[in-house]
Order: sequence, then structure tokens, then C-alpha cells
Amino acid sequence: MKRYLLSGGSLPDGTKTDLLIDDGKIENISPHIADVKAEVIDISQSIILPGLVDLHTHLREPGKEDAETVLSGSRAAAKGGFTAISAMANTSPVADTAGVVEQVFRLGQEAGYCDVFPIGAVTQGLLGKTLAEIGAMADSLAQVRVFSDDGNCVDDPVVMRHALEYVKKFNGIIAQHAQEPRLTLGSQMNEGIISSRLGLKGWPAIAEEAIIARDVLLADHVNSRLHICHVTTAGGVEIIRWAKTRGIQVSAEVTPHHLLLTDDLATSYDPIFKVNPPLRTQTDVMALREGLADGTIDIVATDHAPHPTESKECEWQEAAFGMLGLESALSIVVQTMVESKLLNWSEVADRLSIKPAQIAGYSTQGQEIAVGALANLTVINPSKSWRVDKDLLASRSRNTPYHGYEFPGVVTHTFFKGIATVANTEIVARDSV
Amino acid sequence: MRHLLSISDLNKRDAVLILDTAVELARASDGPMKKLPTLRGRTIVNLFAEDSTRTRISFEAAAKRLSADVINFSAKGSSASKGESLKDTALTLQAMGADAVIIRHGASGAAKRLADSQWMSGSVINAGDGTHEHPSQALLDAFTIRKHLGKGKSDLDGISVAIVGDVLHSRVARSNVLLLSLLGAQVTLVAPPTLLPVGVESWDAKISYDFDSVIPQVDVVMMLRVQAERMSELYFPNAREYSRYFGLNRDRLKLMRQESIVMHPGPMNRGLEITAEVADSARSVIVEQVANGVSVRMAILYLLLAGDSLGAGGAL
Repeated sequence: MKRYLLSGGSLPDGTKTDLLIDDGKIENISPHIADVKAEVIDISQSIILPGLVDLHTHLREPGKEDAETVLSGSRAAAKGGFTAISAMANTSPVADTAGVVEQVFRLGQEAGYCDVFPIGAVTQGLLGKTLAEIGAMADSLAQVRVFSDDGNCVDDPVVMRHALEYVKKFNGIIAQHAQEPRLTLGSQMNEGIISSRLGLKGWPAIAEEAIIARDVLLADHVNSRLHICHVTTAGGVEIIRWAKTRGIQVSAEVTPHHLLLTDDLATSYDPIFKVNPPLRTQTDVMALREGLADGTIDIVATDHAPHPTESKECEWQEAAFGMLGLESALSIVVQTMVESKLLNWSEVADRLSIKPAQIAGYSTQGQEIAVGALANLTVINPSKSWRVDKDLLASRSRNTPYHGYEFPGVVTHTFFKGIATVANTEIVARDSV
Repeated sequence: MRHLLSISDLNKRDAVLILDTAVELARASDGPMKKLPTLRGRTIVNLFAEDSTRTRISFEAAAKRLSADVINFSAKGSSASKGESLKDTALTLQAMGADAVIIRHGASGAAKRLADSQWMSGSVINAGDGTHEHPSQALLDAFTIRKHLGKGKSDLDGISVAIVGDVLHSRVARSNVLLLSLLGAQVTLVAPPTLLPVGVESWDAKISYDFDSVIPQVDVVMMLRVQAERMSELYFPNAREYSRYFGLNRDRLKLMRQESIVMHPGPMNRGLEITAEVADSARSVIVEQVANGVSVRMAILYLLLAGDSLGAGGAL
């Protein structure tokens, strides 16, 4: 295996150091390492982070391979600095059996760009009626621990209660897509001033908050672990903050787009900005940033949602929900959280790597950067910037809302188990991975 | 200006210019020659992806009186259904050499999507998009109000208008609030709270739930169509109760000011939001609205398309 010497970079806590990678592991961390056999990479302007871990990724395989495959999504992940992603269950067929999760898991291993951990469906077919084969998925090769009907809300309180209870058997967690379905029938965008003018059906914040409130109380009652996907509202942050002070085992994620974009973008009627849950107001954005800074929101997760061109090249109300996220996530965190001094780099490592791995139980991921640990590492140069070009993305789809945006922070290298998947900002060819 | 997508694209001068142009075109086509040669050789497409008779034939009549060639393209359905996508429709129209597309569509923002895309190069005129806007309807309403109550002024300064009914789902209401307030009128929205959008407090209009108290205060009572399916969607209990609180009937007619007028964009639900005797009363200008619609739409087409012979942009 190749030896790499990362020369002159900074650890998340600011310590300047050299770092030697060998045989998949971190071999040495100290200033001025000399090693003639290693490939020396000068990273003197850069920061070394533990490899990023995404808890919320749509890879579309099986079923929608025109939008994304496990391989293309893995490459996009590596490009964005991720060494682990979590494949959501809303594929076709749905990942509600051991067979499907094992297939996705195996495709991830074959791709080889990062760990691909399948998320299992909570209910059969994501229909919210009967529990999926949760135990079989947990016992499968994929060892699923996170279950979600994402895309749909587990809205029946009895189903949700039993799902929360059932996964306690193996310390699993239910990741809830909080969306009260009756309050959001046909909804198109955040309900408020902008929706009133645009004549697009409103999606009230309460539809999200009501489910969050119900589910933290359920999790408390049955003493189980609950994860809230993509929190978008100031009220949701407040409920989670309250739940945490009560000692309820709840964790929460925010997406990069909800940290940056607001509902007034819908004024263009360009469905590139159409996403579930919808973009909210500036007040919500500020509350989300604050919640992520103070730890109320534990992690950033991308909700990377690839769609083919024709699903967005149409009227707003006909278009699919969702936007790409993997390749721009870290840059958006730099812009919204680091440059505004809401997070330091240690906290970035916590929110994008250590915490998500802990929540999901990915024991080989999200480790502190230390000698002997697996070399899952991301190198970012925060003083460089890049311009998003949708046609240059690694994802198979083009539905980024950031085309033409200039973002701070360039991922120059990603190491997955000691192997460079991205080197000098380029994705490494598959046969070298 | 190349397109007419929303009233918010207009400033006050633009709006007055359209109304003034409509006055002149109405006068001209009242003469012995109904047809004007202004748009001879131009192709205008009526792209109607949603049922509409009056708006389509109104635009068709307007275009024909300006001597344009009119193609009616009824594209039922959308990209979600088995129909052709908006993009493919637009590419088709471009290939046919359409100089302007008048679009009626069930999706809010469809006209803007068409105008902002690179799919076609002609002018786009919004003839009603979902629950968003219906700018030509608002312009013909303003034209009608000015004619009756304007006292020779160019704008609607000092005139008060009540817009009554299903504001939530009404593109007519959205365009009218923007246009009437732009022209200096005071607008009051009257509706059950269920049929007002969240966010309506940001609009340039007063809100009332009490029709009876508003009627004596206004010069214009503009009724909106209420669709029967709103009942099953729980917006109000039943037709009887809706009519009792928000219907315009003989008793409420008596509360109106001396000179005030009754308007309705059509099609009416006689017996629900308006009784037959009110619709057919002397105060009703509903039929006249239809006639004015042709003049106003002629003005819109004229100003957008007749700029100069090379087509380097319209007069707006």
C-alpha cells in the first residue's frame, strides 16, 4: 500500500504537524517527519479533518440509475471530502429487506470510494403501515442500525412508537422525516409571505414541528433513540433544545442548503430551488446556524437528492423535490459557519464526522485523528475558493442550486482507509482506488 | 418590455399607458373598419393548457382585430401527465415561428418559466397561471373602474374597492391587489379567514371578515368565483352558509353607495357568491367587463408587439 506524507498541514485544533499514512492507518503525527518512501504532499495552507460522514444520501440505485448510482454518488462523496455516506431507503425496490440493503452495501464496497452504509426502511414499501424486516436488515451483512422512511413521514403514532421500541434490541435509531402529511397535501414551498404572493401552496412550519414535538415525547416515553432528519424551522430547533434539556435521546441534522438558502428564491419559479422540506425564511436560517453552533443540532447531513434534467426542466409544481449536496456541503459549512465564527475547525470535525458516525454507530468512521487510527481523512484548503459548474460535478445529475456560486474551501485530498480517493482536487481513477 | 407575466412587472406609467391605449383602440375599432392592420403578418399562439373560454376568445378577438394570425393550441395536461412537457411545447411553437404566446396554465409560474427559459424567443403573455396571477383581467378591471368612476383622471386615486371571496385560490385577486393599489385605489379583501392566504397581511390591502360593514365604504364590489370543491376541502361548511356571509344579494345591494358598481371576472356561480338579480342589476358591469377585455388585450398586444417593424422590442 502507498505511503503518504502530509506535510505542514494543521489539525482541527490548529496544531501544525506532518502526518504519515501507511497501510491504511495513521502511522505518525509529529512535526518534521522524514520518510523517503512516502509520497510527500505539501498541505501547508490546509486543514486535516477526519473523513466526513454523511447520514443522509440518496444514491438512487437500485431503480433510478439515470439519476445516480452507488458508484457515481460515491465519487461525488469523495470529491466533497466524505469517507462514508448513508444510502437512504427510498429506492426502487425500497430498501426494506435484507436483500436490498446487502445489494447496496456490496455495490458500495465494489465502488470503493467510501463506506456506503445502507439505511433501512422503517415500514414496508415506505407506506407507513407495517414494519419492514428491521431485524433481518440489522443482522444482514450491511448491519443496518439507522432506519428511515425518508421522503415519507412515519405519521402513524402507533407505527412510530413500535419502530422506536423495536430498534432498541440492537441499539438502532429511527431517523424521522418530520412532515405531517395532511397539513402538507400538495404543498410546494414554505408557507408565508412569499408563497402568498406566488400562489404556490404553502408548507407550514408547524407541519414539521408538530411531528418533532410528538416524536421527542414518544422517544422519551419508550426510552429510545430518535434522530430528526433535516430540521428547517426555528420552532423545530426550539423543541429539540427543550427535549435535550429534558434528557431525551434525540439527535438532529441540518442540511447545507437550509443553512444558506431562503424561500424568496422561489420567486424565480425555477424548481432547482424546490426541495423537501422546503427552503424557509432568513429567521429560520439564523436559528439553524445558532442551533448547529450550540449543539442543539448535532450534525450537518447533505440530503443529496439527484434528479434527471427532465424532472427539473418543467413547471414548479410538476418538478421533483430535491437538490445535490455532497460536493458543496463542506464549502457551505465554511461559508455559513466558519467564516462567521460560529464554528471552529474542531467543531466542524465534530458536526460533519465524529458526531454523525457516533449517532449511526459507524465505528470505523469519525475517529479522532490519532496514531493507529484508520486513515479516513479530508484535506481542505480554506483560503482557496471554487466556482460551482453543474457540468463539472461528479454526480450523474445536474440539479445543483449553486451553479455559478463562488464558494470558499477546496477539498484537495480525501483518503479512504489510507487510499487517496481525491488527489489535488481530482477524483482518483477507479482502478487505483 | 417583452413579456407581460405579472402586474409587478409594471410601474404606474406602464399601467396607465395600457389603459389609455385601450381607450384609443376601442375608439378606433368602433369606426367603420373594425380591423386595424397593426399586427399583420405576426403569429400569435393561444396556448391554453387549462379550460377557459372567455379569456381565450377575448385574446383571439383582440389579436384578430389587430390583423394578427392566431393559432389556438390547446395543450391539455402537463409534463406530469401523459401530455407533452412545457419545454417541448415551447420548442414546437418556436419552430412554428410564434411572435407571441398567450399562455393559460394550471401551474403557478408557468408563464414565467416559459419567458425565462431559452426554449422560445417570442413574447409571453400570462393569461392566468395557477393561483398566481391574471394580469390582463386586472387591467380590464381597472379599465372598467376608471371608465365608471375615474372622473376623467388617469389613475384610480381615491377609489375604494372590495374584493370578496376565495382570495386564497384567486389569481384575479392577486393581480388586482397589485394593480389597483399601484393606481392609487384602496383595496379591502373580504373573505372567511380560511380563504385568505397566510402572509396576506404583507399585501397592500386591508382585510375584513365582515362584508356588511365594508359594503357602504366602497365604490366597487368585486366578487370572486367560489368553486364548489372548496367545501369538501373544509374551507367553509356549505354553500348556504357561504352565501349568507359572503354572497352578494338584494339586501346587500341596498347597502351599496349611490354610484358604486358590481364586478365579477366570471364565470359566475349564480346563487353562490352572487344572486341572479344582482348580476343582472343596473349596478352590474359584468357584461361590460367582457367587452372591455377585448380592448385592453388589444392594447397589451399592440404595446408588446408593435414597437417597430424590426421587432426590436415593444413600446412598453
